[in-house]
Amino acid sequence: MESQLPAEFMVNVDHERCRRCKRCVINCSFSAIEFKDKVTPNHRLCVACHRCATFCPEGAITITENPLEYKYGYNWTPEIRKNILKQAESGGIILTGMGNPRPYPIYWDHMLIDACQVTNPSIDPLREPMELRTYLGAKPECVEFDSEHISLETELAPQVKLDIPVVFAAMSYGAISLNAHKALAMAAKRMGTLMNTGEGGLHEELASYTDRIIVQVASGRFGVTSKYLNNSALVEIKIGQGAKPGIGGHLPGEKVGEDISKTRMIPVGTDALSPAPHHDIYSIEDLSQLIYAIKETTDYKKPVSVKIAAVHNVAAIASGIVRAGADIVMIDGFRGGTGAAPMVIRDHVGIPIELALAAVDERLRQEGIRNRASILVGGSIRQSADVVKAIALGADACVIGTASLIAMGCRVCQKCYTGNCAWGIATQKPELVRRLNPEIAADRLCNLLTAWGHEIQEVLGSLGINAIESLRGSRERLRGVGLPQEALDILGIKHAGIGQ
Amino acid sequence: MKCDGLMNPEVSKTSERVHQRIPSGCAISGMMSEEGRRIDGRVIIKSIACMHDRSNGLGGGFAAYGIYPKRKHQYAFHMMYDNVEAKEATEEIFKDIFNVDMDEPIPTHRENGISNPPLLWRYFLEAPENKLEFISERDYVMKMVMRINSEVEGAFVASSGKNMGAFKGVGYPEDIGKFYKLEDYSAYIWTAHGRFPTNTPGWWGGAHPFTLLDWSVVHNGEISSYGINKRYLEMYGYRLELRTDTEVIAYLFDLLVRRHKLPIDKAVMSLASPFWKDIDRMEPEQKKIATAIRQVYGSSLLNGPFSIILGHSRGMIGLNDRIKLRPMTAARKDDMLYMASEESAIREIAPDLDEVWSPRAGTAVIGTLKEEVE
Repeated sequence: MESQLPAEFMVNVDHERCRRCKRCVINCSFSAIEFKDKVTPNHRLCVACHRCATFCPEGAITITENPLEYKYGYNWTPEIRKNILKQAESGGIILTGMGNPRPYPIYWDHMLIDACQVTNPSIDPLREPMELRTYLGAKPECVEFDSEHISLETELAPQVKLDIPVVFAAMSYGAISLNAHKALAMAAKRMGTLMNTGEGGLHEELASYTDRIIVQVASGRFGVTSKYLNNSALVEIKIGQGAKPGIGGHLPGEKVGEDISKTRMIPVGTDALSPAPHHDIYSIEDLSQLIYAIKETTDYKKPVSVKIAAVHNVAAIASGIVRAGADIVMIDGFRGGTGAAPMVIRDHVGIPIELALAAVDERLRQEGIRNRASILVGGSIRQSADVVKAIALGADACVIGTASLIAMGCRVCQKCYTGNCAWGIATQKPELVRRLNPEIAADRLCNLLTAWGHEIQEVLGSLGINAIESLRGSRERLRGVGLPQEALDILGIKHAGIGQ
Repeated sequence: MKCDGLMNPEVSKTSERVHQRIPSGCAISGMMSEEGRRIDGRVIIKSIACMHDRSNGLGGGFAAYGIYPKRKHQYAFHMMYDNVEAKEATEEIFKDIFNVDMDEPIPTHRENGISNPPLLWRYFLEAPENKLEFISERDYVMKMVMRINSEVEGAFVASSGKNMGAFKGVGYPEDIGKFYKLEDYSAYIWTAHGRFPTNTPGWWGGAHPFTLLDWSVVHNGEISSYGINKRYLEMYGYRLELRTDTEVIAYLFDLLVRRHKLPIDKAVMSLASPFWKDIDRMEPEQKKIATAIRQVYGSSLLNGPFSIILGHSRGMIGLNDRIKLRPMTAARKDDMLYMASEESAIREIAPDLDEVWSPRAGTAVIGTLKEEVE
């Protein structure tokens, strides 16, 4: 069927400046640029990944949105009309990548942070210690000493140390390249934080980083062995993902080459299908069994995390997870990223992480069990300010997926599911993968975390506190702007203008 | 909100004060005889008066330990009432929940510039056996204190410990001391506070010390971690309705020492913990303890500028924040331990000292009564 879809972008080449080096042609992994006497774009194929524009030595390429106007309709937006055209031509579910791009309220941007003036001094992080160290894991209600009051009798559950309360999100080898995985692992080790294998198993080349790696157990159980579970900082059971709550995963067979086949323990060329639910977890007591099966396998030396998508009843679910024995609850908000998801799910299912986090933290406190698990949150943590606000709402640490990919070069073109990532990140094609230098990408990740760390320290100093634990859950230091009362109540914050 | 009428009605109207937190400047002083010798209140008044300029007349107060030796097994409740109705309502509850052995007005001296005091009354109470089937006596009394403070309009428990009491109000501390006739009380521990509230008018209940059971706290500074300290305490049934940051200090000591049974030095470590860089250099056993305490008690860390003197039935503790953003000097003379915002306030009452020092940031000065002292 002939497509009626217009091009989304226009590739504009300034032929006076172009010296016909063809670097753009070589770099475009979406075949949107050809060379026929001169550089000739095929606008329809352009995804605005910026690879050509970034590498053009003459700066001769610009990419613009297709100016083709649609007759105005508030209801029938151009996007909706284009989606209908796509489905009328294909009969399929619309696939997409990355996080929800729709203009839902971003609560982070409606919260403001306090600062000290006069009655309590702010602290200069360049002159005074400013502590970000965080430990993930279950904490007892209290510590006990022997009768002499000298030696500690309480044995704490395993704790994982973070030098900065930001960890890299779960992204599987398969969804992203081995070079991207290596970069994340190197950066995690250098910065004293963690990376997460996602559900694709652990490549043997990452063996030396295992004390900084979260290994995931998802519904497909790819690569899960006793060795895999024990070679880790902690183990995460993935129940759901913010971008696609209630949906499984599908890595197409063409991506399953020799290496991925070995890592995932499936035959070369077969589709890697993750079922929507874990077929051994149909309720909370089953989850508890799996948690304890993993704890037995790891001799109770690894914290076990359970990752869920933020859905309507998230607070009660999180409470059940803590009571089922999880040491960490990871909540992924509806704006969280993905390598591939049906657009209908990504854009319309789940709830914002800000509200989910506030509800979960409050619920666990009401039940008196907040100490029994750490809370990790993700789902579009974009900047250090989001981290500060999340911790003030009650998170122990944040996870960043998309932000870490952007640091490595990702332009958020949302075409991860095509396997054509021009930046060597979300692809398995060797000629593309080698575009990502793991050393340089690791440097960029470290720089990002270093910068965020300094920024978080500046905010703590301005708040007059010198340890991150004095921010954690301290909602008194946040104020809402332009939020309705229900949102303020759920977030547990006052409106700006109200003093103490 | 209860207690509204307790603030100075000349300064602002009841309706204008709704759940205000009150950061403050202030002066503190404390003295203790390890031998348990009882000293009358004139000495501590002299010490706190020396730092007159650190307060602004909007609050002063004292805590005294060992003042009711004949009734030392009973809970001494010092009450502040807005009006007779509040008193009647509270007494109705007392009848129901305690055995009231004796009650009387707290003696005051009305001629020295203290205006509009609330009704001040004290009660000597016992917890009835039949109420203690499922709860310890102290937990029971604590719950009742919380209940009266939050439920009875216009009633406020100024102190609720055994053989101790708090005497506080709106005014300069030396005037408050004379108002309460502290010369008539003898105590082996005295703490005192002169207040400089920075953004709200003073009110009688808002003056220091803040107390719960035997704990009393006088505090110079502001707790910037108040938000999380409050939420942490709420998890354990404390109701923080006074919205003063000092309140959390008293309750944290109650939780950590009385309920979690932490040794005093470990409790102090959780409130003003060492920095990680120092913990990492400790000997293995010490490191393990300090690490566990920070991991478990992160939410009880007191952050922000403070110097505090905590009184309890067996001693007195002085503590600074982790980078010492508020002043504190300590001194010894024979069996006496002194602590104050300024050395002058100690020299004023003990010119000749054996030892004077400035406690290091985050390092507690722990004074303990000799064991034979009753």
